[in-house]
Amino acid sequence: MIDSDQTTSESTLIAKNNVQVSSLKPQAPSLAAATLAVFRKDLRIELRSRYALNALLLFAVSTVVAISLGLGPIAPRDNRDLKLIQAALMWVALLFAAFTGLARAFVQEEDTRTATALRLAAPPLAVYLGKLLFNLLLLLVLDAVIAALFIAMLRVGVGAPLMFAAVLAVGSCALVAATTLIAAIIARASAKGALFAVLSFPLLIPPLVVAIRGTAFALEGESWAVGAAPIQVLLAYTLALFVASLFLFKSVWEA
Amino acid sequence: MQLELANITIDYGPRRVLAGASLTLRAGQVLVVAGANGSGKSSLLRVLAGLQRPSAGTATYELGGARYQPEDAGWLLGWVAPDLQLYRELTAVENLRFFADVRGLRKTRAELATLLEEVGLAGRGDDALATFSSGMAYRLKYAYALLHDPPVLLLDEPTVTLDERGAALVERVVARQRTRGLAVIATNDSRELRYGDYVLRLG
Repeated sequence: MIDSDQTTSESTLIAKNNVQVSSLKPQAPSLAAATLAVFRKDLRIELRSRYALNALLLFAVSTVVAISLGLGPIAPRDNRDLKLIQAALMWVALLFAAFTGLARAFVQEEDTRTATALRLAAPPLAVYLGKLLFNLLLLLVLDAVIAALFIAMLRVGVGAPLMFAAVLAVGSCALVAATTLIAAIIARASAKGALFAVLSFPLLIPPLVVAIRGTAFALEGESWAVGAAPIQVLLAYTLALFVASLFLFKSVWEA
Repeated sequence: MQLELANITIDYGPRRVLAGASLTLRAGQVLVVAGANGSGKSSLLRVLAGLQRPSAGTATYELGGARYQPEDAGWLLGWVAPDLQLYRELTAVENLRFFADVRGLRKTRAELATLLEEVGLAGRGDDALATFSSGMAYRLKYAYALLHDPPVLLLDEPTVTLDERGAALVERVVARQRTRGLAVIATNDSRELRYGDYVLRLG
């Protein structure tokens, strides 16, 4: 039997057979550095494999093409609610494209069984924040593609381009804040796709409605006095979900 | 440094795979957990790694007067197991660099190269893990486990898929771990019982 001699020094335990064990807990990694490492890793893997990007872009392009072929360019005289319809179509395309790709950040870790290595090594908060950033980047790329396709193929006129970009960016933040935690919850389930849609849908309806209104304001060229309200609501919603996710993620990740 | 198991019980539904295991393992010691398939060896190691909660009982690591539950002891642990996978799209060095970064370790490329050399992957650092054989991938798991010089090493089926040189690597790793902390090895290979100061037979 070997007994530890804990009196030798504060930082080192020397057992009788010359076992040296550092007794100091190493300095915790900086959250920013660990978050960046997770983000970089996901980005590098995505750029090499294109698991999510291809699925998202394929869905986005085919949706917009199908809409444009089905409706053709809608002339303003055809409908008084034209801008609202265009905004709704664009966000529905974004929403369903997001459904196909945003869960992958966590599902991929479970499917390829790398989640265990990540759980043992990385601080949970860094995993959440790194994947949130990755999903946000993915959705912003998707925003740019879908917005460009909509404007080009449906001949959508944008009255207030800056407000349009702001609503798209903040609406995407809300989508990502809602879906990233849900993705972590469903990653180990068997019917991932269906579960992701079922759990995300109630969380996504409120920001979706607000984002559609905000986008319609931007397309109509409304002033910032009108357009700021939906942006503020989306920001508040994103913040609330983000804070809730920070508290909940550790339990979800380690469950 | 010590690991204390107190009345650890693991149930899967109505089936009890481990009933009330209690022991204390100190620095310099190696415990081998032996038993047939399904006897609960891997489950016990997962409990020790904080990846699974026992149905009853506690596992506690004690280091420098502080006590840690397995869920909060990731920094103490090195883990090698058949179901552990690293990132196939990344190279060996990129894998190690990533895990060093998230652990807050500053490792130079030379240090990572030395670690790869120690596990028998010299010169393969820039190759994607996807191009590795199963034995080479298993060697990289050892590099992942040893990256932060953990005081506790948990090895589940330590030589599975490894060739003779790989088995010698495991022998070196276990011998070195005796000077750095403690190790728990789960195996159903009777040749690996020799690693242990104690053998816990399950099933």
